Amino acid sequence: MFRDSNHEPRFTNHDMRTYLLKRLFLIIPTLLGITLVTFFVIQLAPGNPVSRKLQVGEGVKAEAITKDIIEQTKKLYGLDKPIYIRYWIWLKQIATLDFGRSYKDHRPVIQKIAERLPVTLSINIISILLVYIISIPLGVYSAVTQGSIRDRAITFFLFALYSIPSFWLAMVLIYFLGGGEFWDVFPIYGILSPGAENYPFLKKLLNFLWHITLPVICLTYGDLAYLSRYQRGSLLEVLRSEFIRTARAKGLTESNVIFKHALRNALIPIITIVASVLPAMIGGSVIIESIFSIPGIGQLGFEAVLSRDYPLIMAIATISAFLTLIGILISDLAYVMVDPRISFEGKR
Amino acid sequence: MNTQVVGVSQVYQPIPKSPGYWGTVWIEFKKDKLAMTALCVILFLFIVAIFSDFIAGNKPIFLKWNGKMYFPVLFEYKELFNVDFKELTESLPKDNFAVYPPIRYSDTEYDLLSVLSPPSRPHLFGTDDRGRDVLSRMIHGTRISLSIGFVAVGIAVVIGIFLGVIAGYYGGITDFIVSRLFEIMITFPVFFLILTILAFRDPSIYNIMIVIGATGWTGIARLVRGEFLRLRKYSYVEAAIALGSPDFRVMLKHMLPNAFAPVLVASTFGVAGAILVESALSFLGFGVPPPEPSWGDVLSQSQRYVDFAWWLVLFPGAAIFTTVTAFNLVGEGFRDAIDPRLRGR
Repeated sequence: MFRDSNHEPRFTNHDMRTYLLKRLFLIIPTLLGITLVTFFVIQLAPGNPVSRKLQVGEGVKAEAITKDIIEQTKKLYGLDKPIYIRYWIWLKQIATLDFGRSYKDHRPVIQKIAERLPVTLSINIISILLVYIISIPLGVYSAVTQGSIRDRAITFFLFALYSIPSFWLAMVLIYFLGGGEFWDVFPIYGILSPGAENYPFLKKLLNFLWHITLPVICLTYGDLAYLSRYQRGSLLEVLRSEFIRTARAKGLTESNVIFKHALRNALIPIITIVASVLPAMIGGSVIIESIFSIPGIGQLGFEAVLSRDYPLIMAIATISAFLTLIGILISDLAYVMVDPRISFEGKR
Repeated sequence: MNTQVVGVSQVYQPIPKSPGYWGTVWIEFKKDKLAMTALCVILFLFIVAIFSDFIAGNKPIFLKWNGKMYFPVLFEYKELFNVDFKELTESLPKDNFAVYPPIRYSDTEYDLLSVLSPPSRPHLFGTDDRGRDVLSRMIHGTRISLSIGFVAVGIAVVIGIFLGVIAGYYGGITDFIVSRLFEIMITFPVFFLILTILAFRDPSIYNIMIVIGATGWTGIARLVRGEFLRLRKYSYVEAAIALGSPDFRVMLKHMLPNAFAPVLVASTFGVAGAILVESALSFLGFGVPPPEPSWGDVLSQSQRYVDFAWWLVLFPGAAIFTTVTAFNLVGEGFRDAIDPRLRGR
């Protein structure tokens, strides 16, 4: 990654490289920890996927299943070995990026995830962008009018939004805008209309956006409070500093002070905080994707949990954790690169 | 000359007694009308939760029968074991009487003759798909929501303080290991983890409390760790160590009280979060097991019908919303109250 020395990076010293290597190295114990927790949570649980799978097999009665069949099935899935050996086998597989096959349909797990990941990512990226577009101006406005009625009204309104459970709003939206009781404006199922796969690109995109409007609303509104409060606090912090007093003292207009001098500095933390929103994405998606039948990672995870699809659960936990770790790393790097006051040594 | 005399008399005025740290916080908190209202709402919810059996139920609170006095809500009686209280009350002889709770339905009592009836006289909040009284289920659900919120946060606070204290106090390799633990927890898609654990274990109320608590400690641990790293450099801490106080005494007696206010703020927000998570779990069918009433459970029943049973959406939604908002507003008011930079606004 860093072999080419033609493009000299902004940090010419070894700081960045050592920092990056250190951080990349630290990802390993964290990932190990996550897989360990997940593995033991699901494997030490009473009941196993074998009994569950055999029960659903073409009307076969439970008594009819002999011990032999159970043992054979266990062997097929490698469940006859002790747990620590199973974990070791799983780890060795992961080292070669082999996540195994789903118990449900025997398709490679990685393939199933690859199908679903783009949907979840695109919905969540749209939602995060919306959160930023809305909450940065709101935060700035409340910081500038700090303590006023308008500031308090915004705070209260956002807190109220934050307290509405997303699944509740999802149901209300479905009832009122999804053809339940009043208007039939938005579809409530899936991400594309039937047959829309063959639409031309633009029409397909519009169809997609039309389908994801309600889910995106449900994923977005709750984060507004957090981010706009954060923006408000960060701008207030900057507005207290000396250079703002200087800027005011030399007679700059208030809008100049706020937008040119203060806001630029106040945006740094809020941009880099995006990584902390990432892990919540998968979790938040579970419930919203289930309600709106969106074929994303959240729904896949929910189904995997319901059918005790061990390899799939493990893969989803591992991959989403890995993505989050990378996200945190990128945001930390961005933080140092954007803000010259922070050095690599200062960060951990 | 005169002015000097005035100055002296001012100096000798008796200094009013300091209200102390928590006193000051309380004085600041009381100034916030919104937060005070929210606190009253929480107190009201507590009263409902504690006395829910006296507010809604199909057993009489007090019964005078055959010359004896009974308190069927509080105690179990052998002679009343198989008694149908409705029939009993209708056929009570003279001089005997029964005092019922204001809402005469229990939270688990089926009435298949009035299934899914909209709010009207006997059932003020309507009934659900099995004819259970929604108002009664909501009242009894308060106890479950609040107890899950508080116990889960209690567990999270204990874990968070323990890890935060040892990481911040000892630093070095301990801090490194605990920081990896933080990172593991932060990186997990927590809701997915909770769902997985509950799907693989019994979703009993205790498991829900433990799972939400065991996954929710990171914020508190980080706070405590940060505070301890800061406090560790203070000379009063060094003095305590130099005097030979054992580590746990320095941590718990000298340092923890100084780090406790932000923990309390975070726990208030934590209760709101735990109540939300519980209702989401119940909504997905992974919550409190079926006969027990839960707000999320009432809400989830509305999803199964084509007809819009608005009372199954509005009331539990409003209850979750009010409770979560109240806890968040109290947390917000409390946070402002402990922040000395905001004093004297």
